[in-house]
Amino acid sequence: MAEMRAAVTRLPVPAPPVRPEYLQEVVAGRDIGVVQRPLGFWQRLANRGWLRKAFILLVIAVAWQLYARQLNNPLLVPTFSDTLEAFWSGIASGDIPQKVSNSVLLLLKGYALGLSLALCLTALAMMFQLGNDLLETLTSAFNPLPAIALLPLALIWFGLGDVSIIFVLVHSVLWAVALNTHSGFRSVSTTLRMVGRNCGLRGIPFIVKILIPAAFPSILTGLKIGWAFAWRTLIAAELVFGVSSGKGGLGWYIYENKNMLDIPAVFAGLFTVILIGLSVENLIFRNIEAATVRRWGMQS
Amino acid sequence: MNALDSRPGPSPLLQVKGVTLQYRTEQHRVTATYRVSFDVYAADRFVVLGPSGCGKSTLLKAVGGYMAPTEGEVRLKGLAVRTPGPDRMFVFQEFDQLLPWKTVKQNVMFALQASGKLRGKAAEAQAMRYIDKVNLTKFANSYPHTLSGGMKQRVAIARALAMEPDILLMDEPFAALDALTRRKMQDELLQLWADTRFTVLFVTHSIPEAVLIGNRILLLSPHPGQVKGELNSDGNDPVDPNSGVKLSDRIHNILFADRIEEQEVVPHG
Repeated sequence: MAEMRAAVTRLPVPAPPVRPEYLQEVVAGRDIGVVQRPLGFWQRLANRGWLRKAFILLVIAVAWQLYARQLNNPLLVPTFSDTLEAFWSGIASGDIPQKVSNSVLLLLKGYALGLSLALCLTALAMMFQLGNDLLETLTSAFNPLPAIALLPLALIWFGLGDVSIIFVLVHSVLWAVALNTHSGFRSVSTTLRMVGRNCGLRGIPFIVKILIPAAFPSILTGLKIGWAFAWRTLIAAELVFGVSSGKGGLGWYIYENKNMLDIPAVFAGLFTVILIGLSVENLIFRNIEAATVRRWGMQS
Repeated sequence: MNALDSRPGPSPLLQVKGVTLQYRTEQHRVTATYRVSFDVYAADRFVVLGPSGCGKSTLLKAVGGYMAPTEGEVRLKGLAVRTPGPDRMFVFQEFDQLLPWKTVKQNVMFALQASGKLRGKAAEAQAMRYIDKVNLTKFANSYPHTLSGGMKQRVAIARALAMEPDILLMDEPFAALDALTRRKMQDELLQLWADTRFTVLFVTHSIPEAVLIGNRILLLSPHPGQVKGELNSDGNDPVDPNSGVKLSDRIHNILFADRIEEQEVVPHG
């Protein structure tokens, strides 16, 4: 301390100048107006998320086309234009729409059932210690188990039909959604829980009115993962045992065309799967996000 | 009971009788407060003041019904408090006490509807009346994440007051605010009190805040919290006629004496 003071006196820093005081009127905020500069045309374009993503897809399509052209082996990799052509003709013949609706209907059934089961399990886990232990044990046991591995068993139990597929779909959705919902519930802040209990909420109303909306970002993640898992499982199941009750889905479409060496149609089938995945993510989930978690400021 | 009955005047609204609170951590059983007793009367602005670690927030949680005392009891209007309930509305320190998925108006209405106190139009009217009292009518349809910290706390106060609870429990509600906003909020709280005459149990670690807000100040010692005394305040930091010392300085001396003892004890321990 003493050393520092000594150093200060030794340094030849002049005292700051003495300046006169002054006061002035400020311009009222509303008189200033909005100070802003409009963004340029390209900047505004670059701000559109869908445009940037469309650009990425375009680049991939062009690269695909160029590579397939250069390879020149339609049995291995058909060109992008051939795939599109097969896709259009599949749609025109009503083949692809039929297969898509078969697959999607089945998927929705399994998804809905999986979601309701996941909700019941997590609600139990939040209300009872034993339910919590049950959920944790089951998720850690079954989450790593690929749903498709249960298909042979499902075939023995439920036979060749929709029920078998729904069974494996439920398995693929249930654990992913339950895991995310549960971890979302547990990360709800103590303050919010206390607010809920302060208002006299307990049991199911507490879960519905406090935990579910507060954990919605995690739940939404679970829904997305569950959807992707279900989609994969469905296509795989259709590939493995093909036609269920006489009408095949997209997986069967891919398998069938592979057997007939109609490779562009195989690619068209894959293309459809991707297209549905993209549109569910960008149309449905994105809008749910915008209307909920982003509107509430829980996610930027 | 006899001593209470023979006392003149009204009976206390809230009675805290010999409350010892303990909570368990991984290894230890920690005693937060030891045999704390005090009475709060209707229209009191009762401040619980103490340094950090004196268990004042824990004490408030016990009054709120979030934890059960190991010893002693809490009685509200003569009935033992066992669970959280809308007759004791909490205002927390944290800004995340508002439900982010509801607008200001919906947040205030939520408490009314969830507790079954009011429904529909009546709930909306009551909510708007209290939102107006905290000067947030313009923001009734805003989501909490668009509000400043002070505004969020005002919404929380409106939500609690709209319930017209028997007692308002405030756990350092202004501690997370900047100094200017805090000062403004303190004045607004006093204004609201002058308006509606609610009963409030207010926890703080700030001596100036206690002196300004409270009409009765309970002093707690740290580790574990024990009652050191109760003082009266008129909000203007009055000078004690006996000692000629200002209230805030008296409080400071009482709490500061602890600090020295504590410092002496620690090296040996």
